[in-house]
Amino acid sequence: MKLRTLTLGLLSASALAFAAHAESITIATVNNGDMVRMQKLTEDFTKANPDVQLNWVTLEENVLRERVTTDIATKGGQYDVMTIGTYEVPIWAKQSWLLPLDKLGADYDTKDIIPAIAGGLSVDGKLYAAPFYGESSFVMYRKDLMDKAGLKMPDAPTWDFIKQAADKMTDRANGVNGVCLRGKAGWGENMAFLTAMSNSFGARWFDENWKPQFDQPEWKKTLQFYVDLMKADGPEGASSNGFNENLALFQQGKCGMWIDATVAASFVSDPKNSTVADKVGYALAPDNGLGKRGNWLWAWSLAIPAGTKKADAAEKFVSWATSKHYAELVASKEGWANVPPGTRSSLYANPEYQKAAPFAKMTLDSINAADPTHPTVKPVPYVGVQFVAIPEFQGLGTTVGQLFSAALAGQSSVDDALKQAQDAATATMTEGGYIK
Amino acid sequence: MARSVTTQHKTIATVAAWIVALLIFFPILYTIITSFKSEQEAIQGFNLIPSGTFESYAEVQAQSGYFKFFLNSVLLSVGSTILALLVAIPAAWSMAFSPTKRTKDILMWMLSTKMMPAVAVLFPIYLIFRNLGLLDSRIGLMVMLMLINLPIVVWMLYTYFREIPGEILEAARMDGASLWNEIVYVLTPMAVPGIASTMLLNIILAWNEAFWTIRLTTTDAAPLTAFISSFSSPQGLFWAKLSAASTLAIAPILIMGWFSQKQLVRGLTFGAVK
Repeated sequence: MKLRTLTLGLLSASALAFAAHAESITIATVNNGDMVRMQKLTEDFTKANPDVQLNWVTLEENVLRERVTTDIATKGGQYDVMTIGTYEVPIWAKQSWLLPLDKLGADYDTKDIIPAIAGGLSVDGKLYAAPFYGESSFVMYRKDLMDKAGLKMPDAPTWDFIKQAADKMTDRANGVNGVCLRGKAGWGENMAFLTAMSNSFGARWFDENWKPQFDQPEWKKTLQFYVDLMKADGPEGASSNGFNENLALFQQGKCGMWIDATVAASFVSDPKNSTVADKVGYALAPDNGLGKRGNWLWAWSLAIPAGTKKADAAEKFVSWATSKHYAELVASKEGWANVPPGTRSSLYANPEYQKAAPFAKMTLDSINAADPTHPTVKPVPYVGVQFVAIPEFQGLGTTVGQLFSAALAGQSSVDDALKQAQDAATATMTEGGYIK
Repeated sequence: MARSVTTQHKTIATVAAWIVALLIFFPILYTIITSFKSEQEAIQGFNLIPSGTFESYAEVQAQSGYFKFFLNSVLLSVGSTILALLVAIPAAWSMAFSPTKRTKDILMWMLSTKMMPAVAVLFPIYLIFRNLGLLDSRIGLMVMLMLINLPIVVWMLYTYFREIPGEILEAARMDGASLWNEIVYVLTPMAVPGIASTMLLNIILAWNEAFWTIRLTTTDAAPLTAFISSFSSPQGLFWAKLSAASTLAIAPILIMGWFSQKQLVRGLTFGAVK
């Protein structure tokens, strides 16, 4: 009995000593399906790295953005790994708020990261965040309704074709809307869609001298086309619809087409939740023949704040979560269809993934069709496809989003919305010292 | 005739009260109903009859440990309330029994701090917490919650204390009671109902506080407000899970409020008709 007590005591003491030695890192993240799955699979990491403990902080996207921005700007040091997007990475890296990821390990294979994604996460050739999952946007459409309309969706449609198809597919009596698009105000909601769309219409937020361009005919064409299309063929109350609302409408068979994030493909093709899972086709985002498509580029990525005292452990974790090994781990536990998409070329070359994800090729083609460093037809002084990578964009983008959402809801005219957007952008850029 | 008019008035008043009560309670009721729906049902539009699935509760429990957040909520709300009472009882005593020309102004000034948008002081407070090493600490958050609810606590206690005749305290002083004895053995026992309802209200306010509890915590001190916040998703359906998380978070305080409603109503309406 005494020996047993002594052994138990010694074991407990060793465990306590070990726990005290283990370094704990705090990871801030959003509540997306892929992120939640990662939290469940971390045993694989902690087994290989018993000296590192993981603490998770999951927050709503806007709260996360506010929290990590506050923390990093004040060097609060609350987080060792942050989930941030392609908007934040170039801005924060230039401020020296992020550590460059140069110790990801010999077998990490940085060159395997899809070039368009790596480009959006690098500054001066250095990678400042590792992509966890990447996405572009494309057209998801109902093949059965397209057949019924007597049309065939090209792989690379034009906006005119989308309008024609939407008109023919709309069947309000049966609750079918020709097209569902984002209308909810926000720089990451309707403005992500409209900015990407405007690129294909030849519009741009600013000229080479940072002068706002909402008074130019390209923006008028973009917004007028969008408002007219949605009025004729969009769902009721579209000005309140974001990603989730449109996802529900499409899954319930109420949309003929939906142009949105490529990551939605796995939701709409999931027979458990989608009533149209076996009827969905995919095509590139539309264009107008000007050389730019209306698709965006985004990657939720893991970055390490410069203020962390646990950089080595944090980088070990980032390396694990964004590695090829992690993709294989997810595939072995939950199937290839659940592997985080849009980050590594090798995933798209994998025949098993191609088989499990029929949208794989179109996703890769969409990602490759986006160029964050040259997003527009005319030259611009900024980086970013569906955003402008300057700190002022979050506020300005949301203000303009509210104006455009009001135009969609019929509360103001397209001309008024554009005039007010021009005024708001001019005021912000003057205040920010970009223009005089 | 007069009797039938009175009965009619009573009926109208009762119906009106029920309608208002249902209107106020409806968002909570709909949250509870939605928590028993599947994600697809939840987003399909207005529907009062759920399929009765418990899948959201199972997922919520599997995804994050509810009890860690619950324990933090209990510690923070009770701890901040005790701290607030320790500060507010002497403050309210001095204002009620030794008022000066400026007492009313001070009370108004204290209350006016509640009108300031919290975000306006986010950065200074965050920096103070960082410099004092109080980020993600229960003690730091207890102090913060105590400070933001203090004006209401002082106001409520002041209102109670004003109802207690000053002569009783004078008699205690004449019998040789010290200041401490006067507050602890004479004033406090007489004001127990008032202190209890103030305490209950403060616990509810602290329990529901979301701005600071989300922004000043990460893992160790995060209460149920942070737990709820983690279920909102930008890409993917989450309403049923969010409703289940919200129901779990509000259930304890709802139950506590139900059992203490008499004291709460008494506390909130005390002195209102004078």
